Amino acid sequence: MELVTPGIGLIFWQTITFLIVLFLLSKFAWKPIMRALNDREASIESALSAAEQAKLEMQGLKAENEKLLAQARMERDKILKEATEAGNNLVEMAREKANEEGARMITVAREAIENEKRAAIADVKNKAASLSIEIAERILRRELSDPKAQQALAQTYVSEVSLS
Amino acid sequence: MKKLFVLLFSFFLTLPAFAEDPSENFQPGEMITHHIADDYIWEFAEGAVLYLPVILIDNGELKVFSSGNFFDEYHERRPYNGYGMEHGHIVRVNEAGEPLEAHGGLYDFSITKNVASLFISVALLFGVFLTIASRYKKNAGKAPRGIQSFFEPIIIFVRDDIAKGNIGPKYERYMPYLLTVFFFIWFNNLLGLMPGGANLTGNIAVTLILALLTLLITVFSGNKNYWKHIFATPGVPWWLAPIMIPVELIGIITKPFSLMVRLFANITAGHIIILSLFSLIFIFESLAVGPLSVAFATFMNFLELFVALLQAYIFTLLSAMYIGGAVEEHEHEEDHGHGAAAH
Repeated sequence: MELVTPGIGLIFWQTITFLIVLFLLSKFAWKPIMRALNDREASIESALSAAEQAKLEMQGLKAENEKLLAQARMERDKILKEATEAGNNLVEMAREKANEEGARMITVAREAIENEKRAAIADVKNKAASLSIEIAERILRRELSDPKAQQALAQTYVSEVSLS
Repeated sequence: MKKLFVLLFSFFLTLPAFAEDPSENFQPGEMITHHIADDYIWEFAEGAVLYLPVILIDNGELKVFSSGNFFDEYHERRPYNGYGMEHGHIVRVNEAGEPLEAHGGLYDFSITKNVASLFISVALLFGVFLTIASRYKKNAGKAPRGIQSFFEPIIIFVRDDIAKGNIGPKYERYMPYLLTVFFFIWFNNLLGLMPGGANLTGNIAVTLILALLTLLITVFSGNKNYWKHIFATPGVPWWLAPIMIPVELIGIITKPFSLMVRLFANITAGHIIILSLFSLIFIFESLAVGPLSVAFATFMNFLELFVALLQAYIFTLLSAMYIGGAVEEHEHEEDHGHGAAAH
């Protein structure tokens, strides 16, 4: 019975002391401790989310870089292609020009040859004419008296002469 | 008041010799009861006795004197100034030292062994937690160090597992009480296990006050739903109210009552078991029993170290649950038709 009978003295001291402890610890210990813990947790939380955000940003940057790189690569390919085309065009153009020049030169040469040929023909005609005159002269000299022989001779010469 | 403090501190320093009568037979029951009960002197070991101050209010008159006055130079009890010690209590005595029947008007507010132990535990609590609080202020936002890192997980455990889990979103208001009660009980349980320690948390007066505080906090934080559950339990026919209301009202009292008895009984029982195991050596008067007895007592002591923490946890947890029940918001009334059974 002694054990389960609360004594007034201890009730008094316990009440007073515990309430004082509760008050003082609440004010000077638990409040700052809880606040510090909450603050730290909040700061950790924000640091983690900031890291997450940074990671996302990094990923964004990386994607953008890759995009830029791809664009640059495309640009380069385009330029290369254009340059190749331009080179090809140039070569083509030069070749065409050379062909044209060649053709022109051939034409000129052909014309020259034709002219030469014409000149040669004219020369041959002149020669033939002078030859005819010479023949006529000879006939005139030998057969002036005999018109029959004269005529036969002329006939023979004329048949001999062929205009090629 | 000044006199009181002078007395209080002077008694901590005086350790008069104490001689026991060797002719007395060993009485384990008496020894154990003596050890777990409160006392006016603090006997750390044979010969090392601290006489604590006696504070009496006798018919409105304050009387303060040392409990050493009740003992003569041979450590024999003697009456002093019309008061004497009888079964561990101070009573009025006549000239011959026989107790008088009249007890009216005599109130005992002495700084007993338990009260002294209470003050020591409080000093310890202040020392530890004010240091920790200052550490938090000093290196704010940094990792905890030393004593701070030892107690931080415990504080977080009380907050997250005891308070948040059982009280819900309004837990923050009750954190100071739960933390104080947890560490108060734990520290005092451990102090009680120290050699020569007082059995403070195994004293019904201490557990009574702690349980009463839980009761008051529960009742004063009770919201509409809490009272509705008590006076008009949902889902119970109205004609059962004459039975239900008294049952629920008794329920309010039995919850803290169980808290009070649980802590008191667990701690007292632990002390009794350890003391009984040691008593075996003296009962058998044999050295051979010694090692066995010591082995068991050591085991029990380890168990008690665990119980010290466990009981602090249980008291705090149940307090949090009772408070949680009082502040709980029921979103769906109809779902709680059988809620009364859970209380």
